[in-house]
Amino acid sequence: MKTVSSLLDAHWYERYQRISKLNIRSSIYDVTNRCNLRCKGCFFFSSGEDKAAPEEMHMDAWESFIDREIGRGVNLAILIGGEPTLCLDRVEAFYRRLPTFCATNGLIKVPRDRFPDMMVGISLWGDQADETVLRGKDTFSISSKNYHGDPHAYYLYTITPRQIGHTERIVQKIRDVGLKIHFQLLSNDEGVDGFSWKPGEMKAIQDEMDEMLEKYPDTVISSRYYHEIITTGKMLDRSFGWNECPSVTEPLDTRKPGTKRLIHFIRWASDLKTMHRCCTSETRDCSTCKDGAAHMSWVMVNKRAHMRSRVDIQNWIEVYEMFAKLYQFIPW
Amino acid sequence: MMLETDAVMNHVADVMIQELKLEDVTPETFDPDIDLVDEVGIDSMDLATVALVIQDEYGIRIDEDDYPKLTTVRLIAQYILNKKLS
Repeated sequence: MKTVSSLLDAHWYERYQRISKLNIRSSIYDVTNRCNLRCKGCFFFSSGEDKAAPEEMHMDAWESFIDREIGRGVNLAILIGGEPTLCLDRVEAFYRRLPTFCATNGLIKVPRDRFPDMMVGISLWGDQADETVLRGKDTFSISSKNYHGDPHAYYLYTITPRQIGHTERIVQKIRDVGLKIHFQLLSNDEGVDGFSWKPGEMKAIQDEMDEMLEKYPDTVISSRYYHEIITTGKMLDRSFGWNECPSVTEPLDTRKPGTKRLIHFIRWASDLKTMHRCCTSETRDCSTCKDGAAHMSWVMVNKRAHMRSRVDIQNWIEVYEMFAKLYQFIPW
Repeated sequence: MMLETDAVMNHVADVMIQELKLEDVTPETFDPDIDLVDEVGIDSMDLATVALVIQDEYGIRIDEDDYPKLTTVRLIAQYILNKKLS
């Protein structure tokens, strides 16, 4: 019988042991329905999720809700929105109780006296020109000042098709402000002209992400296997889609038993009662969804499937390590 | 009691092999002390699959909260026997 230790040498087995017992149980929370930007292609607004439920306004309700979530076994709160930093009291209620990650556009600086080590993921969509088209302003000029050199922040760089051949200057800009970078791909939920991926472009951007990882290993938090999965939508001869996605809200999951999924995962709306179907919008075509966290999780929940060879389990370890770093379960 | 423990371990190993389609191993060669999570790569969904079969066959209930304790075939067998006795 193949076992992990029979597949790995001492170095890789030590890396494996560092992550094998983390047992991460995440859920996602819409902190607010409001945002200080209206980006073209933001699934939250384009799919009407901002109107799915009214925000819970009472802090004591948030606090007791979070306590119930901890009782449910959640050990990682992923805060999204809307823009979570518009409601820092709610963010703080999570942060004081459990490991918390806050996604933000970076326009508001999270005060580090209140949140000394909360991991912050700053969204960046393409370069200055892309940001101006898609988000109405160049957010980097503001967010890079707010988070310059912050050891608990990184950029979630959403690559658009227009970035092919140009990602290096973004990587360098981020390196130069002392931050890390993680790659995602634009899903273009609102079909903005010129921002949909064409055949052949996925291979080009996969190669480019590989090159950036190799050239800037201290800045880029990624793995070649992740690049392969996110660009091809394939893992071990299986195709990503509704029947494979691990990030479906558990109580709403009506798929066949046995689908590998995130245990107890729920994406909650900001009324703290309504559940969204999955980590993105249910209006999105699952077969072309490019959600980075969903693809990482897809790999992570399929450990045994990756035990068919040494290379496969090493790929699994690298993706798990990447996730654990991005959500601060292990150091950079 | 010893024989019964061995028989239950053997059967648990057989359920694991059949339900999870484990290759190159038989109930007789399955190391009862191997860490199922760390070494065999079994996750809580796999354990839930195995637990369903075991519950039916032994007429016991396996609480999901107990999964983290069930890390080897021997521990699962002892858990079953304890449940049968209680």
